[in-house]
Amino acid sequence: MSNKVIMLGNEAIARGAFEAGVKVSSAYPGTPSTEISEYLSKYDEVYTEWAPNEKVAAEVAIGASISGVRSMACMKHVGLNVAADPLYTFSYTGVGGGSLFVVADDPGMASSQNEQDTRMIGRASHVPVLEPSDSAEAKEFVKIGFEISEKYDTPIILRTTTKLAHSQSTVELSERVEREPKPYERQVSKYVMMPASAIGRHVVVEARDNAISTDAESLSVNRIEWGDKNIGFITAGVAYQYVKEACPEASVLKIGLTNPLSKSLIEKFMKEIKTVYVFEELEPLIEEQVRAMGFDVIGKDAFTRQGEYSANMLRRVLGTFTGEARAKQTTPPRPPILCPGCPHRAVFSVLSKLKMHASGDIGCYTLGAVAPLSVLDTCICMGASISALHGMEKARGREYIKDWVAVIGDSTFLHTGVNSLINMVYNKSSATVIILDNRTTGMTGHQEHAATGKTLKGEDTYAINLKELCIAIGVPRVLEIPSFDTVEMEKALKAAREDDILTVIIAKAPCALIKGLKFPSFCSVDKEKCKKCGACMKIGCPAITKNEDGTVKIDATMCNGCGLCQGLCKFGAIGMKER
Amino acid sequence: MVKNIMIVGVGGQGTLLTSRIIGRAAMKRGYDVKISEVHGMAQRGGSVVTFVRFGDKVYEPVVEEGEADVIIAFERLEALRYAHFLKKDGTIVVNDHRIDPMTVVTGAMKYPEGIIETLSENTNLVVIEGLKAALELGNSKVLNSVVLGAAAKKIGFELDTWLSVISETVPSKTIEINHKAFMVGYSAEN
Repeated sequence: MSNKVIMLGNEAIARGAFEAGVKVSSAYPGTPSTEISEYLSKYDEVYTEWAPNEKVAAEVAIGASISGVRSMACMKHVGLNVAADPLYTFSYTGVGGGSLFVVADDPGMASSQNEQDTRMIGRASHVPVLEPSDSAEAKEFVKIGFEISEKYDTPIILRTTTKLAHSQSTVELSERVEREPKPYERQVSKYVMMPASAIGRHVVVEARDNAISTDAESLSVNRIEWGDKNIGFITAGVAYQYVKEACPEASVLKIGLTNPLSKSLIEKFMKEIKTVYVFEELEPLIEEQVRAMGFDVIGKDAFTRQGEYSANMLRRVLGTFTGEARAKQTTPPRPPILCPGCPHRAVFSVLSKLKMHASGDIGCYTLGAVAPLSVLDTCICMGASISALHGMEKARGREYIKDWVAVIGDSTFLHTGVNSLINMVYNKSSATVIILDNRTTGMTGHQEHAATGKTLKGEDTYAINLKELCIAIGVPRVLEIPSFDTVEMEKALKAAREDDILTVIIAKAPCALIKGLKFPSFCSVDKEKCKKCGACMKIGCPAITKNEDGTVKIDATMCNGCGLCQGLCKFGAIGMKER
Repeated sequence: MVKNIMIVGVGGQGTLLTSRIIGRAAMKRGYDVKISEVHGMAQRGGSVVTFVRFGDKVYEPVVEEGEADVIIAFERLEALRYAHFLKKDGTIVVNDHRIDPMTVVTGAMKYPEGIIETLSENTNLVVIEGLKAALELGNSKVLNSVVLGAAAKKIGFELDTWLSVISETVPSKTIEINHKAFMVGYSAEN
């Protein structure tokens, strides 16, 4: 029987961790890394969890490693910023059991707020970076990563990108190899990073960098594919696939370990090839180091730092593009939108009515920035809605933020929003914060978190009570309002605007996409009563469109019967029907 | 030879599942396969596109402009949006259904008229009323299988391969209705 299967890159990473004998994995969801933990949670042999944020996840992995087992932390690129503090020092302490940080970059920003290149952080923190180019390599590189981690006493970053994480290709399965935990040994100079020990460890880190760089020539993840010696490519990750597609006859130096680089391998390649292109997505990490070695290459002068690459992009630069595409038609764009029945829409409809501004955060509710709701004014990073609003108040005073609120999801609030709220309490804020509590981590595809009462493995657990948490940290006014109770929400917002008491409103209603939720009714328009005023269309519900005659129609298959539009119709034209 | 398939639609329409069924069918036939998917933000009612490529050896996971042998479109506007990805002699299979994007709902832009006519002028076009057929079978969700059935002959593989992959992929309770839905599309006159 064949043990070949087709797997998503993220599933292959989970499989690799399973086969490598990983014992502990901690993560916070973030596209395009989320599915790694979801797949890994299916293996009973591995302890997996959702942590409230990436810093916590990283530290859980570090602790597990110190205790002598193989461990992993998974996150998206911006998550590594949150986990950067432990990472930089973990590089100094080195590992007990092997440890891998899987970090998913998002060139093209399909689902992210910036396009940073994790390899730069690997270089800055002196942590080796592995870059697979398809699912089979993703699985193998995880296993090789753990070997390198243990051989050289270092954490490893496995860097993926959206195209790798969310593409499927064939993978050959192997068995899991169980390993005995390393016996514990107290090592103050290795694990207690006070200055005296850290000074000693920095020397070790530099020696380690040099050793890995020297040994990298013979590592199986790096290889030269000799072909036409007039043209060659130095490439890594998914970009390798585009090179093979566009220029199969060329010589290729495929780099699997992009930090530290094997200088001897680069020299070997450069000496044989007439014209060399460095083809790497995002930053010129390889290119700059090859140039620093004194070689001339073509890199970012021909290829952009922005977005995803492709075979045709390369063909166009090489002048070999022969494609004959049809003319592109002009079409109205179809941006992502809040779903029918989304509770965020109800809250935003009130903010929009009161002409309020929202300091926004990371989640589905970021979509409240676009027409017709247009209520969000900022979106920076996880947790920033609350602290940025606080900054505005301290800069410009109470009057300035009277018409502002901060909006943040339940999962994001527990990620890093709670720290910002502590700051508001401590430093006497008078702002209003709305926690959009939809009982899940929505945008990444419905993951549990510390306030849902379920673990990643689906077990029941204690659910943090957001209201009690806010009261406990000293918020003077905490209100719970059902998200679809727009009357109560309007009253509360108006009241909060009139006094200067720090207020947290927890808007509660489950995400309309949570599995198992039933929607027994749907909204329906009485054409006779519809006055074509368009009031119901101001909430941007995708189920609501217009007929040819200007009256409104509601798509019964899309509508979840939330009734928000019904409340906006002054003519009683919208009714509710049972399915 | 690599065959390039594109599946386009609106987030939530089930384009992902369709691409996975095609990928598994190709794998069953012994081909090297790559599937490229869209997750996260872009899924929320936005325009979504997934790719399936299969052949002796596949490198790039995406299909580029002018390279698609078959485009399966779950919505008319999305068919028009991606039609330039089609090869000169490629086929586009369109589910004859309209979902207004928010840019049209707000009145900022107009939903293009005569999409089917425009497409039929310079492509091999197969039009199928997937939702109507699915509702006749009693479950709007099997529209994917109807549309896939209509595209199956253009993609290749034997009927048995398709039906067995559907059995392996959809929830066990819905195998029978999905098979029926697939056959509606498969038997349609094109």
